Amino acid sequence: MDLLLGAVVLGVLLGCFYAAVSVGLSVAFGLLDVPHVAHPAFLVLASYGVFQLNESYDIDPLLAGLAITPLFFVFGLLAYRVYYETFERRGSDAAVRGIAFFFGIAFIIEVLIILQFGVDQRSVSATYIGKSWRFGEFRIPIRQLVAFAVALALTVLLAVYLSKTFMGRAIRAVAQDEEALRLMGANPVRIKQFAFGIATAVLGIAGALLIIVAPVEPTLDRAYIGRTFCVVVMAGLGSISGTLIAAIILGVAESIVLTLFGASWAPAISFAMLLGVLAVRPQGLLGR
Amino acid sequence: MKRRTFLGGAMAVAVVGYGSSTLAQQPPIKIGMSMPQTGGLAGGGKASLLGIEIWRDDVNAKGGLLGRKVELVVYDDKSSASETPAIYAKLVDVDKVDLLFAPYATVPTAPIMPFVKQRGLLLMGNFSFQVNSKVGHDMWFNNAPWGPADSWAASFLDLAQKAGGKNMALLTADQEFAQNLALTARDVAKKRNIPIVFDQVYPPNTVEFSSIVRALKAAKPDIVYVASYPPDSAGILRAVNEIGIGDSVKIFGGGMVGLQFAAVMSNLGSLLNGVVNYNTWLPEKSMYFDGTKEFFDKYTKRAVEAKVDPLGYYLAPFGYAMGQMIEAAVGATKSLDQKGIAKYLRENEHKTIVGPIAFSADGERKETATLQAQFRGVKDKDIEQFRSSGRQVILFPDKLKTGDLISPFEAARN
Repeated sequence: MDLLLGAVVLGVLLGCFYAAVSVGLSVAFGLLDVPHVAHPAFLVLASYGVFQLNESYDIDPLLAGLAITPLFFVFGLLAYRVYYETFERRGSDAAVRGIAFFFGIAFIIEVLIILQFGVDQRSVSATYIGKSWRFGEFRIPIRQLVAFAVALALTVLLAVYLSKTFMGRAIRAVAQDEEALRLMGANPVRIKQFAFGIATAVLGIAGALLIIVAPVEPTLDRAYIGRTFCVVVMAGLGSISGTLIAAIILGVAESIVLTLFGASWAPAISFAMLLGVLAVRPQGLLGR
Repeated sequence: MKRRTFLGGAMAVAVVGYGSSTLAQQPPIKIGMSMPQTGGLAGGGKASLLGIEIWRDDVNAKGGLLGRKVELVVYDDKSSASETPAIYAKLVDVDKVDLLFAPYATVPTAPIMPFVKQRGLLLMGNFSFQVNSKVGHDMWFNNAPWGPADSWAASFLDLAQKAGGKNMALLTADQEFAQNLALTARDVAKKRNIPIVFDQVYPPNTVEFSSIVRALKAAKPDIVYVASYPPDSAGILRAVNEIGIGDSVKIFGGGMVGLQFAAVMSNLGSLLNGVVNYNTWLPEKSMYFDGTKEFFDKYTKRAVEAKVDPLGYYLAPFGYAMGQMIEAAVGATKSLDQKGIAKYLRENEHKTIVGPIAFSADGERKETATLQAQFRGVKDKDIEQFRSSGRQVILFPDKLKTGDLISPFEAARN
């Protein structure tokens, strides 16, 4: 029973971390329909940015994540503009060709990281990494508690931003009916570009969480492509609160399977759950 | 400039020029290989390749092999088993290389074994574990110090039993190398009547090990044998530090790949203390042979430029030794006939910078030279500390031993 309870607690923490690394993709892919397979590569790039600041200036990883957020916002604006000009503007098969574009970007990022940092694993140091909180016999890694709290705050903030602010509503509107927005006199491309900037900016913090939770290496993005798309699709495309719920379900399921049934089954379980959810609710957990 | 000095200088230039033009006139001897330059094994692959490149430069400076320059033809296999069969077919059929070196590690090497056996090609192994046990290729020679298959697990369990260990937990990565290690560990445990109380195989890309470590701790093992790959070893040790492993554990480690690399060791710092893990070369007095010091002097300079492991203990000297063995065999047989080279390698003992190497019939070392060493007194964020002796105390083999095991594991961590 203790093991099961522990697995659930660690699973919730892990799930919130998964939500943080997936929430940007929920905006880019879920709301904007951009086949952003380079999302995990952007995430790993952010981790290396955090590593550089932590290593060179001894800045706390979370503060470093905050510091690179504006840079990532601008990076997102530029990336979307290039994607729009070269693919989206040119026709209906933009999505298919867009996948090739983003795969290309992902490989370029991977190679640039290798050239700059080499192929070795990198990690950061902070007072909360490598320690745990004890509750009797039960111990929780503090880095996971930090990731949990920051991920939760990040997801809630983004959900509030998208539902309560004027720009957030405009982003939702462009996702629902681009033509109607154009008739209202707004420029849907600029709104989508701004939204893509937001989706990329949150990776500053998410990248910090990634390197806080575990060491990173240049090809780590490949491990996250499946997981992040799984979370976003299971959540229901574009649903931020759904992303949090789906990520927690995935984290708890993985944790229970790892603890009680054997680690070999963990990847199969997450994708089996995705298939199960899609069979019952094709629009995802909170999709419309 | 005086006339005599000028003439002397001109003659010297002419002699050097003549030597290099003779070397350049003949086609080079091509040695082909794939090497992980990206992916999880790249850290090791790059260091191994640098060791081989230093040998190439040394041998070319001495006039090459059979009076011909040595050239390396290298492709990135991305640490993937699916890449290597096509790469080695290309090396043999398109690039027409004269000799083959295997890529670093078991996973990329295993799928090319049937190919080299079918074609009757010599393959110099590069730190694979038991890839030839079922294939039975008689032209395979592994540069790694592993020795007989069960010696790795046996040496770890010897230490564990002496410390009072009576049951074992096994945590292994779901890939070729780790599974081969686990197989031998299960066999040795069975022969010695050591019950296995926990036996988990985790898949590649496992991000978080806290849950697995909690389950392992709940089994209350005395001996914890871990066979993991570089991306996971750091995650496992971090989780062990945070979740705890229990007071019952006498010894922890055994087959964790990654804890031999400078970046990982530096990142983990004091978390390494107490772990008993395998290694291949450590900066202890007994491990220096002819050329070892000179090799590391060159490696240390070039590693900075190449952005590879600054220490390079684990793989680089063995890459160099692989070249030394080929150099000796080609020199002795005076040909590139692969059968002749294989015969020479099998029948002789070879002097290398990692000590004398002799092969048994399966192409592995006759005697194991795999070290089991315990991390002691390691501080955080300091690579340089690993250059001095005493940070990894050698517990096995006896002839290289520099200290005794501190047990239980929790006591050794302080």
